[in-house]
Amino acid sequence: MTSAGSPLAGRLSVSSTHFEDRLATRDSTFVKALILTLSLSFFALFVVLPLILVFVEAFRKGGETYIASLTDPDAISAIKLTLLAAAIAVPLNLIFGISAAWAIARFEFRGKQFLITLIDLPFSVSPVVAGLIYVLLFGAHGWFGGWLQANDIKIIFAVPGIVLATIFVTFPFVARELIPLMQSQGREEEEAAIILGASGLQTFWRVTLPNVKWALLYGVILCNARAMGEFGAVSVVSGHIRGETNTMPLHVEILYNEYQFAAAFAVASLLAFLALVTLFLKTYVEWQVERNVAVENDK
Amino acid sequence: MSIAIQSIAKSFGSFRALDDVSLDLPRGELVALLGPSGCGKTTLLRIIAGLETADAGRILLDGQDATEKHVRERQVGFVFQHYALFRHMSVFENVAFGMRVKPRKERLADTEIRRRVNELLDLVQLGWLKDRYPAQLSGGQRQRIALARALAVEPQVLLLDEPFGALDAKVRKELRRWLRRLHDELHISSVFVTHDQEEALEVADRIVLMNRGRIEQVGTPRQIYEEPATSFAYSFIGNVNAFHGKIEGNFVRVGGDLLPHARTDLTDGEPVVAYARPHDTEIIGDAPEVAGVAARVNRVLSNGGISRVELIANGPERGGAKDYFEVEVSSEELSRMALENGQRVRLRSRRLSLFRDQASG
Amino acid sequence: MSSASRVLPGFGLSLGFTLAYLSLIVLIPLSAVFFKTATMDFERFWSVVASDRVVASYKLSFGMSLLAAAINVVFGLMLAWAIVRYSFPGKKIVDALVDLPFALPTAVAGISLTALYAPNGWLGQLLEPLGIKIAFGPYGVLVALVFIGLPFVVRTVQPIIEDFDIGFEEAAASLGASRWQTFRRVVFPALLPALLTGFALAFARAVGEYGSVIFIAGNIPFVSEITPLMIITRLEEFDYEGATAIASVMLIVSFILLLVINLLQGWTARSTRRSA
Repeated sequence: MTSAGSPLAGRLSVSSTHFEDRLATRDSTFVKALILTLSLSFFALFVVLPLILVFVEAFRKGGETYIASLTDPDAISAIKLTLLAAAIAVPLNLIFGISAAWAIARFEFRGKQFLITLIDLPFSVSPVVAGLIYVLLFGAHGWFGGWLQANDIKIIFAVPGIVLATIFVTFPFVARELIPLMQSQGREEEEAAIILGASGLQTFWRVTLPNVKWALLYGVILCNARAMGEFGAVSVVSGHIRGETNTMPLHVEILYNEYQFAAAFAVASLLAFLALVTLFLKTYVEWQVERNVAVENDK
Repeated sequence: MSIAIQSIAKSFGSFRALDDVSLDLPRGELVALLGPSGCGKTTLLRIIAGLETADAGRILLDGQDATEKHVRERQVGFVFQHYALFRHMSVFENVAFGMRVKPRKERLADTEIRRRVNELLDLVQLGWLKDRYPAQLSGGQRQRIALARALAVEPQVLLLDEPFGALDAKVRKELRRWLRRLHDELHISSVFVTHDQEEALEVADRIVLMNRGRIEQVGTPRQIYEEPATSFAYSFIGNVNAFHGKIEGNFVRVGGDLLPHARTDLTDGEPVVAYARPHDTEIIGDAPEVAGVAARVNRVLSNGGISRVELIANGPERGGAKDYFEVEVSSEELSRMALENGQRVRLRSRRLSLFRDQASG
Repeated sequence: MSSASRVLPGFGLSLGFTLAYLSLIVLIPLSAVFFKTATMDFERFWSVVASDRVVASYKLSFGMSLLAAAINVVFGLMLAWAIVRYSFPGKKIVDALVDLPFALPTAVAGISLTALYAPNGWLGQLLEPLGIKIAFGPYGVLVALVFIGLPFVVRTVQPIIEDFDIGFEEAAASLGASRWQTFRRVVFPALLPALLTGFALAFARAVGEYGSVIFIAGNIPFVSEITPLMIITRLEEFDYEGATAIASVMLIVSFILLLVINLLQGWTARSTRRSA
């Protein structure tokens, strides 16, 4: 579903001393203490504690069990499948995002706003429904089920289904970063490049792409995180065949349901680590953009 | 390159941006497209550049039909209003861009490109900024870099969209003079768009005055200022006093007052507007038998050799609405007249220009 | 003047690819739900979507999603306020970690929250003597939905607080308003559209959520089964019609929420522009 706000465009954090130094915007010590206590306790309870728990539980039975859980053949094949699904879904959605942003931000046409809404649609569909729709199309009793069976092609309960479901749930990530940014940048730089004799491709590579590189990276980071972590949609189409159609999150589920908690948390810790790397990269990109905005404003 | 514009029309939805515009611009001149916002001047410039397609009409560049030519082949240099400098490239790379994207066999050697860029940066006097990024430049510097970038591809014609629009007043004046000097050095045919009459009058060889998608007048700055051809030209260029009235023989009746005129082609009763520049307007003593529009002195602003007198007419036929007039007189004359605030006087013009009044007709 | 640029190439190609890809991946597959539903007769459809067990799941899913979104509005606002307005140690880390529920795979969140709130878990064992049971019941669902919804509220409200012109607060103070009056009458109305948008986003996400809920809910029929689970249950019984019928109800709810969110975001954008 929808990520909040439009994350990257025009982010510029203001130092809080800016507010605390001014009389009119300074909250009383009591109010400040109250708000900080409530909000940070809430945050610790709901966000920080679960994160810490993953790592504690992962190492509860020692490093050896931890390593063994991750090097188990089923775990390895789950890791491989997760990487494969992301390696297909992310580039495809990247190409789609660039293409959609180019059409929407550089040209005028009817129904543009509607198109933008449609692109966001996968965010508002339950992951379970996202999986179901491919079962309806390609499952044994689906529209194309008979034909696929006759030709011995497996999509549902097989890797292609997992890839499709992953593409669906990560569909809007790159597009929704690029579209607002490219709309706000306008098309003048590209027009200038064309007037100076650049071809369409030269303009794209030398002017458009460098101008959106951070937003592009941001979209890819978020897209990748979701692609590797998706559970619901993939669960519906996977069939949970060990060593074949299990992704990392599904492997976590199986281990957990078999009461192999330490192993489940070991694989989970890998995913949690991935989430932390994602947050770090995301924050890094935001700082880069903030710095660029600061340079532009500082003239 | 000479530019011929033949019967160009362009609409955006139901809005007519350009309505059958024809214009000939000779080679080597610096031309201003002048008019209020929404008059179609920027659209015309973009059509000349090939950034916009006309609905009808043709563009000839040096006598050759360029209507269907792609912007890349028109050999135009274009300076955008907000410069459109490539934000991720250094100043140097911005200027070099046009030379670097040429097909390999037409492309200059890298050393030659460097030499040319340095030359252009020297021309715009900003060689010392070549490693900076656009975000680190002032508005005036960006403007000059945008110009150097446009010149780098050796265009046959230079098109500038509101080149001074985004600058503050002082920088604006400097750049104006600088652009004029540059043009005198290079003699490249140039067209710039502006809504600022002072800018057009000061810089251009020729002014094309536009209003509501049509050309009102084409002429030298002097012609445009001294001999406005239309009512719009009069009201748009320079300060002007406007008297609305009706023809009555050799006079224009303005409310209860009469203004003498010398036109013979107008019939009695025709609604007209009479224009007079402040320096062509005279203040004379108030007496009932004297022809002239009655007014009261409101304020006298004197600084230097020329003083400005602001006057108010408050005719009952205007429903109490006030009309403001301005008269320029020399300081000696002002002291001779010894005007006082509130004093009743009459206004008359040495040079009155009459137009049929479309507003009330 | 905004008109189609004739100088930039690739309009047909980019729009064509966009529409084709959108249709293949999203539109055609989604339409399958409605085509499949349309082949059912109404009585069969109704017997599925209005069966007692499914209705109980609606009540749980919608009720807990509303409650979770409401909790997130209260604490999300405080957290966003703290991050923007106060300086405190570790602020940058808190700011970055707000997105954790978004970046952490839902299955991981699910098992972690379960372990935390289970009767023998870190928090569960503190709560059990008090007679509070979180995991394996309706409140477990609530906890999971609060977790995944938090970033939606914080990240919607935070930029509005950042951009809020402190001139308004100074003006209010200069006119004699107390700090509380200023907040209630000047600041809060400006934040309201964003708060409602954040609420709607968190709610929409919560209604469809599966991975983080399924471990902690206990999945007791009529008590702690969420609607997405009802789809899964039908699928596991190979009852594709039944699964599709419930999915069509969920999709319609999604579309309505999408519409509401679009309207709210439009409102937020307009009211920000006005106060800018």
